[in-house]
Amino acid sequence: MSFDLSIIWQNLPDILAGFWTTCWLWAVSTAGGIVLGFLVAVARRYGGRLIASVLGVYVAIMRGTPFLVQIFLLYYGGPFIGISLTETPTGLIGLVIYGAAYFSEVFRAGFEAVPVGHIEAAECVGLTRWQTVRRILLPEMALLVLPPSVNIAVILIKETAVLSTITVPELTMVTSVIGSQYYAFVEALTLLALFYWFLVEVTGRAGRWAEAKLSRYRFAN
Amino acid sequence: MSWKLFMLLVKASGLTLVISGVSILIGLALGFVICAGLLSGTRGLNRAAELFVSFFRGVPLLVQLLLIYHLMPALGINVSSTTAAIVGLSLCTAAYQAENLRAGFGAVPRGLLEAADMCGFSHFQTFRRIRAPIALRLTLPAIINEAVLLLKASSLVSVVGIVELTRMAQDLASSTYRPIPIFASAGLLYFIICAIVAGIGALYERRQKWARR
Repeated sequence: MSFDLSIIWQNLPDILAGFWTTCWLWAVSTAGGIVLGFLVAVARRYGGRLIASVLGVYVAIMRGTPFLVQIFLLYYGGPFIGISLTETPTGLIGLVIYGAAYFSEVFRAGFEAVPVGHIEAAECVGLTRWQTVRRILLPEMALLVLPPSVNIAVILIKETAVLSTITVPELTMVTSVIGSQYYAFVEALTLLALFYWFLVEVTGRAGRWAEAKLSRYRFAN
Repeated sequence: MSWKLFMLLVKASGLTLVISGVSILIGLALGFVICAGLLSGTRGLNRAAELFVSFFRGVPLLVQLLLIYHLMPALGINVSSTTAAIVGLSLCTAAYQAENLRAGFGAVPRGLLEAADMCGFSHFQTFRRIRAPIALRLTLPAIINEAVLLLKASSLVSVVGIVELTRMAQDLASSTYRPIPIFASAGLLYFIICAIVAGIGALYERRQKWARR
C-alpha cells in the first residue's frame, strides 16, 4: 500500500474551498437551527394545543427518520411540488429543518428545567414579565442548554458530510472526487477524517470552555 | 404508489434490520471492551480507549464507512461491502456505547460498593453482583437510544452500494420517477422500526421498575 500525500498538495485549493463550504454550511445551519428551534419550542409552549401538536409531529418525524432520507425527499421530491433549488440551498434548508427539531427539544427541556420558584420570586420583587424573561429565564436557560446544544452542533458538523450524496461541493464531496480522480482514496479519506476530527474536537473543547466560563451563573437545585 | 413497490421497500428494510441488529450487538460487545479500557488504571490502555472514542465520535459515519470500504482492500483484506458496512457501523456505535457504559459505571453509588466490601464480597463478586447489574440498568435507556440512532445511521451504508431500505428507495425513485411517495414510505418504515425499538426499550425499563418494588 502506498501513501502519497503529493496528491493532496496538488489539490490544496480545491480542498480548502471544500473545507470553507463545510464550515459555512455548518455555521449557518447551526445558527438557523438555533433560531428556528427556539421559535418552535416557544410556539409549542405558548401557542395553544393545535400548534403544539402539529409541531410535535414535525419534531417526531425529523427525529425518527434518517437525515439521508429527508435530504433525498427534499432534493428529489422538491421539484414535484414546485421547490426547485440547487444542491447547496437544498442542503442548507435540509440541515436547518433537521437541526431545528433537535434544538427545539433542547430548549423545551431548558424551559421546563428553570425552577418555577425563581420566576415567582422575580414576580414578587416586582420584575416585569420582560425583565423576568431577560434577567432570570434566559440566563438560567442558557446555562442549561449549552452542553446539549454543543452536542447538536457537533452532530450537524457530521451531517454536513451527508450532503455530499446530493453533490453539494463540501469537503467530503471534493475529497471523494479527488480520491477517485487519482485513485488515491485512502490518502484523501484519511485526510478528510482528520479534518472532521479536528473540527469536532475544537468545537467540543470550545463548548467545555464556555461551560466553565458560564458556571458562575449556576443556581443551586 | 402501488402495493408492490411498498412491499419491495418492506423487504429491503429486512436487510436494514439485519445489518443494524448485527452491528448493535457487535458494537455493544466491543463497547464493553472499550469501556474497560476507559476505566482501566493502565495509562496506555486508557489513552488508547480515549483515542478510539474520540476518533469514532469525531468523524462522520459516512467518512468512516468510505474509509473502511477503501482501506480494507488497500491493506489486502478483501471482504464484501456488507461486511465492510457492518465493521464500520460496529466500530462507530462501540465508541458511543463505551461512553454510555462509562457513565453508567460512574453512576453506581459508592455506598453500595463499600457495603459489598464490608459483607466480604470479593472484587469479582462485587463486579458481578453489584456493579455490573446496576450500571447496566442505569445505562439501558442510553443503550436503546444509541440503537435507535444506529438504525437511522445505517441508511448511510447505501452509499457503499448495499441495497438496504434507503438504497432500494433510491433505485425505485429513479426507476419510477416518483420520489415523493417512495422516500416518504421509506421514512415511514424507518419511523416505525425506530418506534418499535424505542417502545421495547421503554417496556423493558418499566418492567425493571416493577421488579424492583
